Amino acid sequence: MVKIVIDPVTRIEGHLKIECVVENGIVKDARATGNLFRGLELILRGRDPRDAQIITQRICGVCPQSHGIAATLNLDSAFGIAGKISDNGRIIRNLIHGAHVVQDHILHFYHLAALDYVNVADVATYEGNDSQLNSVKDFIQRGALEPFMPRYEGDYRLPPTVNQQAVAHYVKALEMRRIGHEAVSIFSGKVPHSVGVVPGGVTSTPTADNIMAYIWKIKILQDFIDNVYIPDVLAVAGAYMDYAGIGVGCKNLLSYGMYDLDGTSPDYATRERLFKQGTIGADLKPAPLDTGKITEQVKHSWYEDSISNLHPSRGDTKPQYGKKDAYSWAKAPRYDGKVYEVGPLARVAVTYAKGDPVMKELVEGSLKALKASPSALFSVLGRHLARALSAKFVIDNLEGWALQLKPGQPAYTEYQLPEEASGMGIIEGSRGALGHWIEIKNKKIANYQAVVPTTWNVSPMDDKGQHGPIEQALIGTKVKDEKNPFEVVRIVRSFDPCIACAVHFVTPKGRDLGKFRVV
Amino acid sequence: MVKELPVIYLQTAACSGCAVSMLNSASPTIKNLLIDQVAPGVHINLKFHPVVMAAAGDLAIQVMEDTAKRQKGGYVLIVDGAVPTADGGVYGAVGERNGKPVTMVQRVTEMAQDALAVIAMGTCASFGGIPAAPPNPTGCVSVQKVLTAKGINKPLVNIPGCPPHPDWLFGTVESIIMFGLPGAEDLDDFLRPKAYYGKLIHENCPRRASFDEGKFAKKLGDEGCLYELGCKGPITHADCPLRRWNSGTNWIIGAGAPCNGCTQPEFPNEMEPFYEKLVDVDLPVVGAYWANKAKEVK
Repeated sequence: MVKIVIDPVTRIEGHLKIECVVENGIVKDARATGNLFRGLELILRGRDPRDAQIITQRICGVCPQSHGIAATLNLDSAFGIAGKISDNGRIIRNLIHGAHVVQDHILHFYHLAALDYVNVADVATYEGNDSQLNSVKDFIQRGALEPFMPRYEGDYRLPPTVNQQAVAHYVKALEMRRIGHEAVSIFSGKVPHSVGVVPGGVTSTPTADNIMAYIWKIKILQDFIDNVYIPDVLAVAGAYMDYAGIGVGCKNLLSYGMYDLDGTSPDYATRERLFKQGTIGADLKPAPLDTGKITEQVKHSWYEDSISNLHPSRGDTKPQYGKKDAYSWAKAPRYDGKVYEVGPLARVAVTYAKGDPVMKELVEGSLKALKASPSALFSVLGRHLARALSAKFVIDNLEGWALQLKPGQPAYTEYQLPEEASGMGIIEGSRGALGHWIEIKNKKIANYQAVVPTTWNVSPMDDKGQHGPIEQALIGTKVKDEKNPFEVVRIVRSFDPCIACAVHFVTPKGRDLGKFRVV
Repeated sequence: MVKELPVIYLQTAACSGCAVSMLNSASPTIKNLLIDQVAPGVHINLKFHPVVMAAAGDLAIQVMEDTAKRQKGGYVLIVDGAVPTADGGVYGAVGERNGKPVTMVQRVTEMAQDALAVIAMGTCASFGGIPAAPPNPTGCVSVQKVLTAKGINKPLVNIPGCPPHPDWLFGTVESIIMFGLPGAEDLDDFLRPKAYYGKLIHENCPRRASFDEGKFAKKLGDEGCLYELGCKGPITHADCPLRRWNSGTNWIIGAGAPCNGCTQPEFPNEMEPFYEKLVDVDLPVVGAYWANKAKEVK
C-alpha cells in the first residue's frame, strides 16, 4: 500500500491537497482537503443586498463574472424584475459572460492543464525561425527553468515538433485570454472583478464603437478556437486516448443552462437559454431541470444531522466538528438524492442530448475525429473536449448577439429595494452549475447561500454513502508510477476545480477549521 | 551573463483575482515577464507561483524552501491574500512539513524573514480586504501586521486594488530591478507607490466637470457624475482614470459604474453600501479658486 500526497495541487484555483491510497497500483481511496476557509457567507450577512454582486465576485477571481451574474439574477428575482430586463441588458450580460467563459476555457487548457501533457523541454532542440519559440529556447539555455520545472517526469508522449508547436500555442494563448478580458471590459469596465452587471441590467450603454470593438476582439478569439484550440485538443487526445477511459466519474450530469435568449420569463429553470437546462445519465436521455430537487446532505460533513437534505433556499449551517463518520467541511449537494457532475461536459452533453443541431454536429464531429463513441465523453479527455466545444459553441454566437444591440435604447431597468424578499439565481459558470440564493429582511441580507460548481464535484459521501464525482473518478484508477502520479493530477485538473469557491460557504466552529475532505 | 531575480509568489487567503490580473499585463506581457529579459541583462525567475507552475506538492514546496535557503536575502517575496491568524492560523495552510499542514502565517513569516523585500499584492495582502471584513471569521490581517507582530523588519511595498492593475505590480518590480528599492519618499502613508496611488480618482475623473457643475446621474446608465449613485472616487487613491484597465480598454466609471474604492484600507466596509452616496466626507472644495476670485472682483 502506498499513500500519495499532493499538497498543494497547483494549476487550479485555490488551495487543494489530494491524498490517494494506492494498492497494487490501483487507487483504493482518495481524499481531498481544501486548505483555506474565508467565510464569505458570514461576511455577506447584514449588508446591502445590492452589494452581493460585488462581494460574491471575490469568491473567485478566476470566474468573477459568473458569480456576478448568478448574484445579479438572484437579486433580479428577489427584486421582482427577473422578467423585466431589457434586451440590451440581457444581451450585454451575455457578451460579458461569453467573452469571460471563452478566455477561461483557453486559460484552463493551455495554462492550467497542458503542462501535464506537453513536454516544454523539447523546445531546447527547436531549429526554426519562430521568434517566440527561440525566446523560450534562450530561456531554457539560461537554465533558470522555474516555473516550468521541476515537474513530474515520464509520461510525455507527443513528438518534439508537436510539443514545440504546443509551447508556441501556450504563449499565443496568454495573449488570447488577455484579449478575452479586454472584450469583457468593453462592457464591464475592468476584469477581474468587474462592475458592469447589476440588478436591473447593466451599467454601460451600447454604442457603435464599443459594439465593433467587441466584435473584432471576438473574431480574433474565434479564429484561435477554430484553428488552434480545438485542433490542439484533438492532437493531445490522439496521443492520450487511454484517457478516454480514465476518470469516468458518476455519469450523471446536471446543467443550469446559460446565455439567456429570452428575458421575459422570470423562471430561470425553463426560460430559453443557449446552453440548455437539464440533466442526463449514462444513457444520454435528457430530463428537465427541477431546482426543487436540489438538496445538501451532511451525514459525512461536519454539521448536525438535523440540517441534512435541505433545499439551499432553506439551507442552514450548524457545525459539529468531529462528528462521527464525517470527514469534510463541504456539504454534499445532490439532485433527486443522486450524485451529479457539473461543468462544461454537463452543459455540452445536456444541450447535445436535447437535440440542439449545432451542438449535435460539434459533438458528433469531434467524436468521429477521435474514432470514439459517446461514452468516451465521460472521461478526462471528454471533459477537455467538452470545454473546447463549450468555447466554440458560445463564441460563434457572440457577434450575432452584439449586432442585436440597440444604441439609444435602455440597458437598465429601475426597481425598488424590497423590505423583505427571497431570490434565486442559477447559471452555468465556466466550471458548471452555479446557484445563489438570498433572503432579505429589513432591506439587508439575512441569509446568502451559494452552491457552486466545485462543491458538486468535490463533494464527500452523502447520507446514503454515495461518493462525490471527483472521488468516483479517482477511485479505481491505475497509477503507473506513484512517484510521478500523472493520472491523479490529470483526473483532478480535468474537472478544473475552483477550491476558493468550494470552501467559502461553510461556517466555522471549533478547531482545525478550513478543511473539507473528500474520501 | 543574465542576472536572475528570484521571485516567490505566495498565495494566502485570496481568490486568485490578483494572479489573473497579473496575466493581463499588456506591456511587458506576462510572457515577456516570465521568459524574456524584462530589462536588459535581468530575468525574473518566478520560482513559485501556484497558478502557473508545473510542479505540484512536495516538488513545488521544495523549490520555495530551497530559494529561502540558497538565495537568502536575494529574492523578492510577493504575498497575494490576507493572512488568517485566528485559532493559530488553522484556516489556511500551504503544503506540509513532516505530515502536518504549514499555516499561511508560518509560511509568510518564514519566507519574509529571508527576503530582499516584500510586496503585498492586492487589498487583502495590503490591508486585509474582504476576508478581513466584519465579522472577520478567520482573523485575517494584512502582511504588514504579520511582519510587525513577528518583528520582521523588511522593505515592504503595498500594491492594493481588488485586484491591482498589473502595471502597479510590475512597474514596482521593474523599478526595483532598474533603480533599486523604493525610498520612503516614493511611498505614501499606506506604503503605496505614489507613482500609481498619488492622486484621487476624483482628481483625474473625466466626469469631474459634471461634479463641479452639479450634474449628477440619477440612475445607472445616465450621463453625469456618479457621486449620488455611490461613487467612492472622491476618497480613493489610484490612477485608474488615466491608466485604464485591460490594456487601456476601459475602467469602472468608463462602464458607467461607480468606483467602489477598492485600493483603500477602508475597503470594503467603509465603502459600503457601494450604491449609496458617501456621507460625512470632506469633499474637495469645488471651484474654491474661482469663488475667491469672484469675491475679489466684487
